Amino acid sequence: MKFAVIVFPGSNCDIDMYHAIKDELGEEVEYVWHTEESLDEFDGILLPGGFSYGDYLRTGAIARFSNVMKEVRKAAEAGKPILGVCNGFQILLEAGLLPGAMKRNESLKFICRPVKLKVENNETMFSNVYEKEEVITIPIAHGEGNYYCDEETLAKLKENNQIVFTYESNPNGSLVDIAGIINEKGNVLGMMPHPERAVDELLGGADGLKIFQSIVKQWRESHVVNA
Amino acid sequence: MFKVKVYVTLRESVLDPQGTAVMHSLHAMNYKEVSDVRIGKYMELMVEKSDRPVEDVVKEVCDRLLANPVIEDYRFEIEEAVAQ
Repeated sequence: MKFAVIVFPGSNCDIDMYHAIKDELGEEVEYVWHTEESLDEFDGILLPGGFSYGDYLRTGAIARFSNVMKEVRKAAEAGKPILGVCNGFQILLEAGLLPGAMKRNESLKFICRPVKLKVENNETMFSNVYEKEEVITIPIAHGEGNYYCDEETLAKLKENNQIVFTYESNPNGSLVDIAGIINEKGNVLGMMPHPERAVDELLGGADGLKIFQSIVKQWRESHVVNA
Repeated sequence: MFKVKVYVTLRESVLDPQGTAVMHSLHAMNYKEVSDVRIGKYMELMVEKSDRPVEDVVKEVCDRLLANPVIEDYRFEIEEAVAQ
């Protein structure tokens, strides 16, 4: 399976993401600069964390209009797995590939520490290796992770089981403790915690690796059916 | 040429954590009469005349980029400016 790590000016978790895929997961991966015009050769798209375009205007607002995002949209429509972490999640929200928006953390502080998450839905292509309601530890590092959407959208998220991860102890004021959501179709996941920073015990834990393993498992099952 | 002033604020229904912090600070300074603070953004655009009404252009850029309609409201003022 071949992954793309999209790099915007100001991305700063791209190397961690690359390392997670190449060295820990053992799959193919390439950096893709935001000006690129095709993602056809990739099976999975990763939008890393950071501060694309300096968070000018709003987090993710400028990156959303970059060239490569047209291709990300195309890949989303084609059903390819797309994972946005932290700033990547914010970009997916701005692009309308996921519903809702991010506000400043309730405390107004940038928070950088490991947090406990609950796997609310383990039947997605990003979480199928976890147990249902498994509690995992993954670091967060953000100033704007306070997820917000209107009541109608929230009702839909609940109804379709689109809330994949919740915080055990809400760090940022996020609506109903949301840490990660998936689109209705089930192939676009956005999450504030950084799974790529939790892929090896040396990093303090490897609970994030299962997200990447889930993607590969699902992909193999659907692409190597008759093998 | 038009000079356009755009004001973007969080929607009334959305809690503004920055505004709330500033209000608490003002209360601590004894300005008890301040009952609410909403923090927003102010932008100035110079827009050239085109075949589309300037209001339409400004509305479109606000909807598409300058504001996020999920959490923000905007309003704008347009004044005719003398080209330099």
